[in-house]
Amino acid sequence: MPSPSLVTKDLTIRFGGHVAVNNVSCAFHPGELTVIVGPNGAGKTTYFNLISGQLTASSGSVLKDGTDITRMSPSARAHHGLGRAFQLTNLFPQLTVLENIRLAVQARSGDGWRMFRPVARMRALTQKAEHYLEATRLSGVAHQTAANLPHGDQRKLEVALLMAMEPDIYMFDEPTAGMSLDHAPDVLDLIAKIKADPTKTVLLVEHKMDVVRALADRIIVLHNGELLADGDPAEVMSSRIVRDVYLGTATEGAA
Amino acid sequence: MQNTGTLIVKTSVILIFALLLFAPFLFQDVRSLEVAARICIFIVLVASFDLLIGYTGIVSFAHTMFFGFGAYGAAILLKTMGPGWTPVILGALAGVGVSLVFAIAIGLLSLRVKAIFFAMITLAAASVVLVLASQLSQITGGEDGIIYKAPDLFKPATKLLTDADGKVVRLWGVRLNGKLAAYYFVFFCALALFLVMLRFVGSPFGTVLKAIRENEARAEAIGYRVVAYRTAVFCLSATIASLAGTVYAVWLKYTGPDTALSFAIMIDILLMVVIGGMGTMWGAVIGAVLMILAQYYLRDLMGAASEAMTGIPLLPELLAPDRWLFWLGIIFILLVYFFPKGIAGTAMAWGEKA
Repeated sequence: MPSPSLVTKDLTIRFGGHVAVNNVSCAFHPGELTVIVGPNGAGKTTYFNLISGQLTASSGSVLKDGTDITRMSPSARAHHGLGRAFQLTNLFPQLTVLENIRLAVQARSGDGWRMFRPVARMRALTQKAEHYLEATRLSGVAHQTAANLPHGDQRKLEVALLMAMEPDIYMFDEPTAGMSLDHAPDVLDLIAKIKADPTKTVLLVEHKMDVVRALADRIIVLHNGELLADGDPAEVMSSRIVRDVYLGTATEGAA
Repeated sequence: MQNTGTLIVKTSVILIFALLLFAPFLFQDVRSLEVAARICIFIVLVASFDLLIGYTGIVSFAHTMFFGFGAYGAAILLKTMGPGWTPVILGALAGVGVSLVFAIAIGLLSLRVKAIFFAMITLAAASVVLVLASQLSQITGGEDGIIYKAPDLFKPATKLLTDADGKVVRLWGVRLNGKLAAYYFVFFCALALFLVMLRFVGSPFGTVLKAIRENEARAEAIGYRVVAYRTAVFCLSATIASLAGTVYAVWLKYTGPDTALSFAIMIDILLMVVIGGMGTMWGAVIGAVLMILAQYYLRDLMGAASEAMTGIPLLPELLAPDRWLFWLGIIFILLVYFFPKGIAGTAMAWGEKA
């Protein structure tokens, strides 16, 4: 097995007396897609926020390729190759689809500080943005403002934004939330394509079991902020613990 | 992608540019030239403020403070060193230097916090500087301000071109004297600063500013250090405001709290940005022109209207020139009501929907 690209060590965050994520230690590897499941309030999104930097851990650490990134700002983590998509659509609403993507391309290329070159004349940026628009089949709406897109296209743009960052680690938080059944496969195909690249690590929070079955190489289960189970999808899905958690009978510390 | 609205806005701006370029020849009286120069300065001032409020979503009340630093820098040095270019250049540099120190300090201390807190800090800093300017009267002239001479080139007696008899040459009835040179100094400085800002907003840097305005958290998440970008644009905007202050000080040959530091100017800038439209450089041009024209000519217009209405009951009273502020207020309310995104912003949105 290759060395892990992302490791969380005893990762913990407390909000007052409430421990939202409790001593979660886990390693993720390139070429692997890990699905994180757990009931609402289990701490999945909080765990994501700790990894991508929206929250800073109370204790424990996050390592990316061995570098400690626990205290870094989200932008610094992005430069270390962490890419995060959000559960609620989180775009630049009054900018066009192309501008949205170009921002991500430009963040990656480090051109954000150029003040005199008209962005319209920087063909390389635009071409790269167009490439990701094509890959996500958004070329047709390139010049519409993001706020005017139908929900399904906004979700695709969310994924496109993440792809344009060209991260090593992709973090998806319920990418198909609120999408109609006929649109969800588009997004899932994109994730499957990313997964096919053996250098990329993918983390996915998902509720829909058919999605989990189709994509997961590995499943981890969070419950009350703790890591409850970790392993092969078939094994974890059939384990008693998981069924108990979803039926709501598990008690704290059941692991 | 151009639409009719954008086309109208851009045409108006080009027309305004042409009028300002030929202003000394088109409007041959002292007051008009005064108005034209003020418009040039305020276009720059409002546009640089728009970099903050319209492009990045930063609310600052310290913009006149930076304008004042530039103006006082030149004024104090012109007073102590006498007329010449050295005090102007040193004054500009000093103004920019002080502005940058303040901008960096305020930026790093408070750009991380909530917008409302940042606005309060800028308000506090601006108030302190205003009080200092009126208290340190040995340096700043206090409430009376400073009167000084501009560089020799700009003296009304300076002859730019002379004919065989040694008299100043007239072009289309306009004397080619120092006053004309001073106006074009103002015009071309303002034009240069405006063009620089146009480059900023069209560059990758400008797109990051818009991203921060639209969604700060996501901008950070895709890899932009939001605090650094905010501080940078705050410094840029302060620098440009300060330079505009220096140019205005050279033009007016007088600098005091009322011309360079007062909160009345800050409110004017805010109104101009709102009337013109936030988040577009064209809006700054249109807002500044309309507001200044109203401030200078609404009274005259109302006086004329009032006289024309004599004999009709009530109307002459309503239109009495003394009530100009009342009418300006009504016009402002109507503008905000019918042009919620400002004149340029709303006009540019027309074509998109159609």
